[in-house]
Amino acid sequence: MTDRKTLATVWLDGCSGCHMSLLDMDERLIELSSQFVLLYSPLVDRKTFPERVDVTLVEGAVASEEDLKKIRRIREHTGVLVSLGDCALTGNVSAMRNTCGPQPVLLRVYQENVDLKQHVPTVGVPALLDRVRPVHEVVPVDVFVPGCPPSADTIYQVLSELLAGRVPTLGGVAHFG
Amino acid sequence: MSAEANIRTLTIDGADISARADQTILEAAREHNIAIPTLCHLEGLSEVGACRLCLVEVKGARRLLPACVTRVEEGMEVTTHSAKIDRYRQMILELFFAERNHVCSVCVANGNCELQNLALELGMTHVEIPYQYPQLPVDASHPRFTVDHNRCVLCTRCVRVCSEIEGANTWGVMGRGAQSLVITDLKEPWGESETCTSCGKCVQVCPTGALFEKGRAGTRTAKHPEFLPYLRIMREGDQP
Repeated sequence: MTDRKTLATVWLDGCSGCHMSLLDMDERLIELSSQFVLLYSPLVDRKTFPERVDVTLVEGAVASEEDLKKIRRIREHTGVLVSLGDCALTGNVSAMRNTCGPQPVLLRVYQENVDLKQHVPTVGVPALLDRVRPVHEVVPVDVFVPGCPPSADTIYQVLSELLAGRVPTLGGVAHFG
Repeated sequence: MSAEANIRTLTIDGADISARADQTILEAAREHNIAIPTLCHLEGLSEVGACRLCLVEVKGARRLLPACVTRVEEGMEVTTHSAKIDRYRQMILELFFAERNHVCSVCVANGNCELQNLALELGMTHVEIPYQYPQLPVDASHPRFTVDHNRCVLCTRCVRVCSEIEGANTWGVMGRGAQSLVITDLKEPWGESETCTSCGKCVQVCPTGALFEKGRAGTRTAKHPEFLPYLRIMREGDQP
């Protein structure tokens, strides 16, 4: 148990497709699971990010105040930080609002297209940042895994390498989109 | 001049190579299966040296030179791959991605894009240069084709094919630097262009999803620019 690596996965501003792709590893997840302990993830119950994690996979871009707070804490408490997928890497679809800023998008969703209770929510939801940013623009990132989503094969390859204590490079292996 | 005098000998990546005096470094390299990445270059069109991805080192030259517009010279020593060149190419590629809104995942050309392929080929996993997120128009006024300036890399292949092959001169470039746009006629909507013959050659040569045919998605967006050299050869055969 003690020689197992600790792993976390985080879901910032993305569609959860990268997590779906992670689950798409199917039986290979079971094979790898003897080598890690999943401490924190949308897939488990724990509510706060642990003190120390060896490897954290980040899906999604940094889009809100909460994302910003989370990713800073995660970086501080993580050994190897992995940007998983195009949203974390480039902003991708999440960042498409950057050409106009968050306000027109909020109005479109909560006023123009709504018949009842037209108002932009401000209570209990984190404020959106003016600009959606890729993770590496906010904190240093160690491994970049392109793809929308990265394929299960790619994630398997990355995880296997990381669990073996190596830091993989995906240049020339995985493409954007 | 005799045929022999027209031959130049040079080395590319240490290999001895002979080429015709009127050939470029790029042509000579490709004839000998030496890979140099390109984006604005397309066989059958004139060269403009716009994308700078084909930059190579020439011994004695103080700066990197674009292989597509540099003629071979006697005794030239060319290097096509080095740490310095790789760094420059990577930077150029990042500038392309940062300059406009290239969102591969929702692009019609996803999987059939030369820019996307170059990122893979050159090992680019992320962009260090801050993205610019410019607000750019999409013109879908033409009944068959669309131009999406978000995906345009300003390679001017569309401009060249329209002028040099179709002879319509519909496409042109306006503005300067990153603000440049490819335009139809005097920036009229494409659908109202009086010069456009709707031949679709511009769409076929566009390396990205900037020009695409309506109603096509996925694998059906693959482009076929390979008709160009044949067209060229056949037309040259007609010349007196």
